[in-house]
Amino acid sequence: MLERKNLRSRSRWLRFPFQGRATRMPQVRARAGVSPADEPRWLAPFVIACLFLLCLLPLISLAKAGFAGLVSGRSIGVLTEPATFAAIRNTLITATGGMVVSVVIGALFAFSVALTDVRGKLALSFAFMLPMMIPPQVTALAWVEMTGPASPLLKTLGLAPPLGSPQPLYSLSGISLLLGVQHAPLVFLALKAGLSASPRDGVEAARLAGATPFRVFRDIVAPLSLPGLIAGAAIAFVSGVGNFGIPAILGIPAGIEVLPTLIYTRLASFGAGTFGEIAVLSSLIAVIAAAGLILQQRALSGRDYRIIGLSGANAAFSLGRFRSIVELALVAILFFVLVAPLAALVASSLVPAYGVPLNLQTVSLRAYEEILFRQSMTLKAFANSMFLATASAFGLLAVSVPAAYLMTRRKGWLADALGILIEIPYALPGIVLAVAFILTFAAPLPLLDVSLYGTIWIILVAYFSSFLAVSLKPVMSAFLQMDPSLEEAARLSGAGFLRRMGDVILPLVAPAAGAAIILVFLIAANELTVSALLWSAGTQTLGVAIFNLDDSGSSDLAAALSVLVVVMVVLLMAALEALAKYLPEGVLPWRN
Amino acid sequence: MAQLILNHLTKHFGGGRPAVSDVSLTVREGGFLALLGPSGCGKTTVLRMIAGFERPSDGSIDFGERRLSDASRSLPPERRNMAMVFQSYALWPHMTVAENVGYPLKVRGISGETWRKRVREALALVKLTDYAERRPAALSGGQRQRVALARCLVTSPDVVLLDEPLANLDQHLRKSMEETFRIFHERSGATMIYVTHDQAEAMALATDVAVMHEGRLMQMAPPAEIYARPEGAVVGRLIGRGSVLKLAVPEGAPRALEWSMLRAALGGIGEAGGGNGALRDVPVRDVLVRPEHVRRDGEGMAFRVISCVFEGERFALTLALPDGQVLKAYGDVAMKPGETARFVLSRGWRL
Repeated sequence: MLERKNLRSRSRWLRFPFQGRATRMPQVRARAGVSPADEPRWLAPFVIACLFLLCLLPLISLAKAGFAGLVSGRSIGVLTEPATFAAIRNTLITATGGMVVSVVIGALFAFSVALTDVRGKLALSFAFMLPMMIPPQVTALAWVEMTGPASPLLKTLGLAPPLGSPQPLYSLSGISLLLGVQHAPLVFLALKAGLSASPRDGVEAARLAGATPFRVFRDIVAPLSLPGLIAGAAIAFVSGVGNFGIPAILGIPAGIEVLPTLIYTRLASFGAGTFGEIAVLSSLIAVIAAAGLILQQRALSGRDYRIIGLSGANAAFSLGRFRSIVELALVAILFFVLVAPLAALVASSLVPAYGVPLNLQTVSLRAYEEILFRQSMTLKAFANSMFLATASAFGLLAVSVPAAYLMTRRKGWLADALGILIEIPYALPGIVLAVAFILTFAAPLPLLDVSLYGTIWIILVAYFSSFLAVSLKPVMSAFLQMDPSLEEAARLSGAGFLRRMGDVILPLVAPAAGAAIILVFLIAANELTVSALLWSAGTQTLGVAIFNLDDSGSSDLAAALSVLVVVMVVLLMAALEALAKYLPEGVLPWRN
Repeated sequence: MAQLILNHLTKHFGGGRPAVSDVSLTVREGGFLALLGPSGCGKTTVLRMIAGFERPSDGSIDFGERRLSDASRSLPPERRNMAMVFQSYALWPHMTVAENVGYPLKVRGISGETWRKRVREALALVKLTDYAERRPAALSGGQRQRVALARCLVTSPDVVLLDEPLANLDQHLRKSMEETFRIFHERSGATMIYVTHDQAEAMALATDVAVMHEGRLMQMAPPAEIYARPEGAVVGRLIGRGSVLKLAVPEGAPRALEWSMLRAALGGIGEAGGGNGALRDVPVRDVLVRPEHVRRDGEGMAFRVISCVFEGERFALTLALPDGQVLKAYGDVAMKPGETARFVLSRGWRL
């Protein structure tokens, strides 16, 4: 069974599976645990307070500041400025262009991997997912190093355009292309989730009815996969609207502003009406993102194809002699979007100075030495990111485990309301969230009279909010897949709440909690959008450090730091892959 | 030991009819009660209320002098000294068989040699001593079932609850597990409540059978009693394979009907059209006729055979009464559909 709501949630792998999953359980189980005596009294208030603080409060502050700014008239001007119009236009163009690129590449990979008999599916999926895990500013840097007149790679190969010729990526189409590459995995995942649920016997029945493979694809597979495609396209669009790293690296040098970069520059030139202005600008982003999601809802309505019968369309189509050609094409795409940019990045990190070609005489590890042992700025950034990533990865478990427990044990309006609360920060682009947190914590905290603004703690709180959904998803699936009678048996054995938590529940969700820790760590360690707005001297993160190094012209140092970040990403993903067999289904995006 | 008393127990889950409605019953000390009914009749909800997983909307549950639950307060399951065998067995996959069985002891603070001794005893009773160090995943369905049972044994609980424990086992294993349950009940002396939709299981195991239907308790009685003297058409249809006939039985007739009375009643419907003038004022009643009480006899009435199915030890016949009502019977020889033969209904039970 594949409900539309379920499909939407599966399409974004970080979302929660609970709407769809709950229906699979027998009736009696779904009712389990209605008794208020089932959990200690503090649990529900604790979870509700956490979710209010992390999900609702920032949004309320944002609405309040934007409204106050408009009413007082101080920030109303921002709505009529030509710069704002240009930013809106650029945002729409790049997000739409990026969406088209994502759909083309993502659909090609999804159809090949999910429906045909190409070889090395796991490896292809893993490699294709990498661009999503690599931070956008690193992607942008790598592509800049790959193309353009100063590219060490092109210089070494003797292909570089003459010095002084423009960098082709510093343009709207360059930004669109990179947004497309960055978000293609989202389309891939949305579509693959839909395709792996498409009916195998439906395909086989069509074949027996005399349809050629092409007709089966056109008449059966394509219509059934359309909802996944639409959902993936919408997610790619919304992610493009909120992306900061790519337009920051590619747009700012060319004077191309999109809404996220406009907010960044406004905040940098701080003035009297700034808070109101950035509140209005981020509300614009939220409105565009919401419009994209509403459009998706409209497109999806009436396409609620529930799947009946056996699903799992593994190798529905045999490619025959075209198989090698398709495999070659896929590898070629991976080469251009992944291998070549990363090779360029490595090459730039190894040249001693800007513009020097890379060869055995010039190769040097000076940049690595510099960032690892000399530059206190990068070391500080490294320490900050490690602290932030570790603290959010482990700290979030203290929220996500009780929240998942409460939401699976208690059905009804409370669970629904909590589910919606958690969706809020997740659906919002990170930049909107960062602005919301600035507005929430700009003033000193009540009672304590300490301001979080300008400290590392505001970044940590913002991370807690942004990554709550990432942490919750694996834990939630583990709770949903756990037979409730396991806990009930412990209760009848005489174990109280904390006792059965420790003896039964935590050991059973431990692998999923481990995955949640690694996923949050992976994303938080590379985060740029939120920290770009919230950092100040001494609290810079790895993402900010890469961005600043590139901004100040030290592209070799930026490249070296990026290479280290990519290595870290790959290692963490490999760690997750090693954990795979202990994890609930659907936690690892690159696995079926 | 004490009696378990359910008093006007009701449970609403919101919307529609209540899942359990006004159920009152008393389980005698050390009794073995089977809660029998089709799926969705509320029997599992009753069990979960006894365990404390659901709180009653109305009514109460007492164990002897002790109030376990009512609409306002509920003793949490962990303090009821009960044990349960779940349909899914609910073995903890991260613990060994011994750890699973010994967990209730561990929670009660028992450790060391005492712990080992009691776990060993419990495992011996279910013949799983050699499997103590395995994980549940390495066991077969029947072995898992026995581990779950051993976990119930280990702490001498007051009440043992069994939620369709045999539903996931094959026919052969069911028979041997039934035997294990019976031995377990005799030795432990605990009050046992057994939820099932399989009447053969209920009859074979229980000292009392309670039949539930649409949330209500229809009847509670010992197995032989409920088979011989069911109350109402629902219980009559549910227990055994009898046929419920609509017959005109005169006022004042006994509930156990002899052939002579049944023949009179059948004779009434036998006359076509409105010819049954003498019986016009006699109300039509539900009468249960069990197939083993229908036998071929030259003295009897002629019925047409609709179908005849060979069941191994005998033939199951479906007969048509003159007015079209259907009657089940057993036969020793095969009969052809359409054939007519004479039968005697030696006994009937007015519902």
